[in-house]
Amino acid sequence: MSYLDLTMAVAVAGLYAVGFLLLLERSLMRVVLGFIVLGHGTNLLLLVAGGPPGAVPILGLAEPAAMADPLPQAMALTAIVITFGLTTFLLALAYRSWTFTGHDEVRDDIEDRRLESAEHRRQRERELA
Amino acid sequence: MLFLIAVHLALAAVVPLLVRRLGPRGLLGVALVPAITFGWALTQVPGLERGAIHQETLTWSAGLDLRFDFRLDALALLMLLLVSGVGAAVLAYSAYYLGGDAGRVGALLLVFAGAMAGLVTADHLVTLYVFWELTTVCSFLLIGEQGIKEQSRRAAIQAALVTMLGGLLMLLGFVLLGEAAGTYRLSEILAAPPHGGTVPAAAALILLGAFTKSAQLPFHPWLPAAMVAPTPVSAYLHAAAMVKAGVYLIARLTPGLADVPFWRPVALTVGLLTLIVAAWRALRETDLKKLLAYGTVSELGLLTALFGAATHTAALAGAVMLLAHGLFKATLFLVTGIVDHQAGSRDLRELSGVGQRLPALSAVAVLAAASMAGLPPFLGYLGKEATYEAFWHGDTPDHLVLVALAVGFVLTVAYSARFLWGAFAHKPGVAATKVTLPATGFVLPAGVLGVAGLLFGLWPHASNVLATPYADHYPSPVERYHLALWQGLTPTLVLSALVIVLGLVVYAGLDRITAVRQRLPALPDAERAFERTVRGVNQIAVGATRYTQAGSLPLYLTTILLVVLVGPGTMLLFGTTLASPAPPDLVAVQLPLAVLVLGAALGVLRARNRLSAVLMVGVVGYGVAGLFVVHGAPDLALTQFLVETLTLVVVVLVLRRMPVRFTPLERSWRLRWPRWIAALGVGLFVGTFAVTATAARTVPAVSREYADRSEEAGARNVVNAILVDFRALDTLGEISVLAVTAVGVASLVLVTRLSAIKPRRVRQHAAHNRRTEEDRR
Repeated sequence: MSYLDLTMAVAVAGLYAVGFLLLLERSLMRVVLGFIVLGHGTNLLLLVAGGPPGAVPILGLAEPAAMADPLPQAMALTAIVITFGLTTFLLALAYRSWTFTGHDEVRDDIEDRRLESAEHRRQRERELA
Repeated sequence: MLFLIAVHLALAAVVPLLVRRLGPRGLLGVALVPAITFGWALTQVPGLERGAIHQETLTWSAGLDLRFDFRLDALALLMLLLVSGVGAAVLAYSAYYLGGDAGRVGALLLVFAGAMAGLVTADHLVTLYVFWELTTVCSFLLIGEQGIKEQSRRAAIQAALVTMLGGLLMLLGFVLLGEAAGTYRLSEILAAPPHGGTVPAAAALILLGAFTKSAQLPFHPWLPAAMVAPTPVSAYLHAAAMVKAGVYLIARLTPGLADVPFWRPVALTVGLLTLIVAAWRALRETDLKKLLAYGTVSELGLLTALFGAATHTAALAGAVMLLAHGLFKATLFLVTGIVDHQAGSRDLRELSGVGQRLPALSAVAVLAAASMAGLPPFLGYLGKEATYEAFWHGDTPDHLVLVALAVGFVLTVAYSARFLWGAFAHKPGVAATKVTLPATGFVLPAGVLGVAGLLFGLWPHASNVLATPYADHYPSPVERYHLALWQGLTPTLVLSALVIVLGLVVYAGLDRITAVRQRLPALPDAERAFERTVRGVNQIAVGATRYTQAGSLPLYLTTILLVVLVGPGTMLLFGTTLASPAPPDLVAVQLPLAVLVLGAALGVLRARNRLSAVLMVGVVGYGVAGLFVVHGAPDLALTQFLVETLTLVVVVLVLRRMPVRFTPLERSWRLRWPRWIAALGVGLFVGTFAVTATAARTVPAVSREYADRSEEAGARNVVNAILVDFRALDTLGEISVLAVTAVGVASLVLVTRLSAIKPRRVRQHAAHNRRTEEDRR
C-alpha cells in the first residue's frame, strides 16, 4: 500500500532544481555545493520511491509487516557515504584549482575556442581571396 | 602458394639492408622472388589444361570461420602470371632506375607483389579483403614517397581516401554476400550463388569497391594524380597490377552475380563511359606518364565492360585484354621512365629526336604501342578481335556497345600514335634533347615485356590455354570462338582496319580537334569534385564541432538536462499514475521539515557569502535527516547528521584559505534563463518521477526476506544486517571507494603543498590572480 507522498515529492523536486542551478554556475565552490544538494535530493528520492513510511526496521520494535522497507534505506545509507567521499574530493580539486590559478572558476575549454577562431580565420582568408 | 606469399612479405624486411650493402643493384636479386613465383605459376599451367585446380588452406581461427583459403583457378593463374612476371621485370628495372630511395621502394614493391599474389589467389572473401587493403597501404606509401613533397602527399592521400572508401563499402558488400550465401568461400558462393534479399545491395557495394580501385568514372582522378610516384611504381601498381584488382573482382564475381538486374548494365555503362572519356583526356595530356595514366583508366573501363558483360566471348576477350594491357602498359611506363631518366624530361613538348639516339628503346616502345593500338600480329589485336566478336552477333544494345567500343578504340589508336610521336619523334622547332645512353640491363625488362606481347600474339594457343577456362564459366556460343590471328575475311577484320585508319586520321587532325574542343563547354571536372568533397567534409566536421563543442561546461550540462526533459520527460507525462493521498497526520509532520529544507536551499542560491552558503547547505542536510526520521529510517538520519557535520568541517577547512565571497555573477539574464528552465524542468521531472515510482510498486518488496532472516545473522537492526551481512561485499566496495578518495584527496593536497617549489611563473600568476581577487573585494 503506498501513498501519494506529495510533500516529499515537492521537497525532492526543489532540491533537484536548486542542485542543478548551482551545478550550472561557474564557481567551483557553488558546483560543489550544488553537488551536495543534489546528493540530498537523491537520497530522499531513493527513500520515497522505495515505499511508504513505516515503523523503524528493527526487530523487536515492530512487526516485519509494519516496517519501512529496509533495502532503500541501506542503499541511501551507502549513497550518503559515497556522496561525502565525492564531496571531499571535489573540494580538494577546488582548493587545488584555487592555489594553482588563483581562482576557482570553471573556464571554457581553450582548445574548442581555438578551433572556432581557426575557422573564423579561414573564413576571413577566403573572403579576402 | 602460401609459402611464396610469406616469402615475399618476410624478405621485404631485409631488402633495405640488402640495398644498403649492395646498392640499388641489389634489387636484381630481389627480383628473383617474383621470378620464382612466376616459374612456379608456369608449372601449374599443364594442370589447368587437365582441369586440376591447386588449393591451399591455413586455418586462422576455426571458431570464427576465419581461414586463409587459396585457389588457383584459370583467372587466378592468369593474374598471378601477370603480377609475378611484371613484378620481376619491374624490380629488375628498379635496380637501374632508383637511387637513394631504392631500399624503401624495393621493399614496398616486394610487399606489394606478395599482397597482390595473395589477392588474386584468395578464395575467401575476408582473405581477399585483407590483401586488397594491403595493396592500398602499399600504394599509399609508394605514392607518398618520403612525404617531403606536398604534391606526393596530396596524391597519396587522394588515392588512399578513394580506394579505402571503396574498400570499406566493398567489405560491407562482402559481409552481406557472405551472410546471404552462408559461406565466405568464393568458390562455394560462385558454385551456388545466392539470390534476392540483400544480394543486390551487396552487389552494388562490391561494384563501388571495384570501381574505386580500378579508377572508373567518376572515381578516376586519383590514378593520374598518382603519377607523381617513381615510374616503377606507376608501371607496376598503377598500370599492371593494383588497379587490375577491381577489374579482377568484377571478373571473379560476374559469373555468380550477373543475375542481379543492374550488374551488367552498370558495368557496361560505367566501363564504356570510362573507356571513351579517359581516352579523350589522354589525347590532350602533355606529360607522357599522365597520357599513359589516362590510357590505363580507359583500358580499365574496357576491361570492366568486357568482364561485366557476362558472355563467353566477352570473358575470353577480357582475359586476353587483361594480359595484353598488363604487358604493353608496363612496357610503355618502363620506356617512359628510361626516357625521363636519360633525357631529364617526360614532357612531350620538350622531347625531340630521342628515337634517333635510342633506337632500341624506341623499337621496344613501338612493339608495346602497336599492341595497345591493336595492330596485328600483337596480343592486343587478338583481344580486340575477340572484343568485336563478342558484341557483333547480338541485338541493338549489343550494337550500341560495339559502337562505343569502336569509338574508344579509335581514340586509343590516336593516343598510342601520340605517345610514340611525343616520346621519340623529331619535332620541328624543338632542339634535339640531350640523351645519355641507358645500360642494357635498364632496357632489358621493358624489352622482355614488349616482346612477350608480340610472342603471345604470334602464338595464340598460349592465350587460348590461359583464357578459355575462365570463359567457360559461361555457356559457350554455338560457334565457339577461338583466338587466332587469321579468322578469315570476317566483318570484324574490316572493323579493325577501319578503326585503325580512323584512329590515325584523328591523330593527324588532332590540332583541329583541339581547336574545336576549346570552343566546347568544359566537361565536369572530377578532380575538382573530389577536392570539393574533401573540403566539404572538413567544413562540416569543423562546423559540427563548433556548434556542439562550445567548450562551456554549463552549456553542455544544460543540453543534457534539456534532452532528459524532452526524452524521458515526455515518456513520463504519458506514464504518470497517482496513488491515494498521504494521511494528514504524516503531512503535518513532514510539511515543516520540507519547508525548512526548501527554504534553506533557496538561501544557498541567494547567498553571496561563501560561509553562509555552506551553512545553508548544512541546514538542508539536517532537514533531510529529519525527513529520514519521519520516514522510519533512524540509521539514515544518524549517518546524515554525522556526515553533514563532517562535511561542514571539511568545507570550512577549505574555505579558511579562500576569499569570503563568491566571484560575482556577471552573466546577463539572457544567458541564464535557459539554465533556469532546464533546472526547474528537471526538478519537476524528478518530482513527478518520485510520485510515479511510488505508485508503480505492485510486487511485495524483496526485503521481507531480509527482515525474516536478520535473526539468523544475529542482528536486530535489519538495515545493519543488510549492510554488513547480506550485502557485505557491496559495503566492502564502498569502503574501497572511500579509501581511494582519501588517497586522491591526500595527493591533491600534497601536490598543492609542493607547488611552493613549482616554477615561479605559476606562482606569480596565482599570486597575481589572488591579488586581483582581493582587490575586487
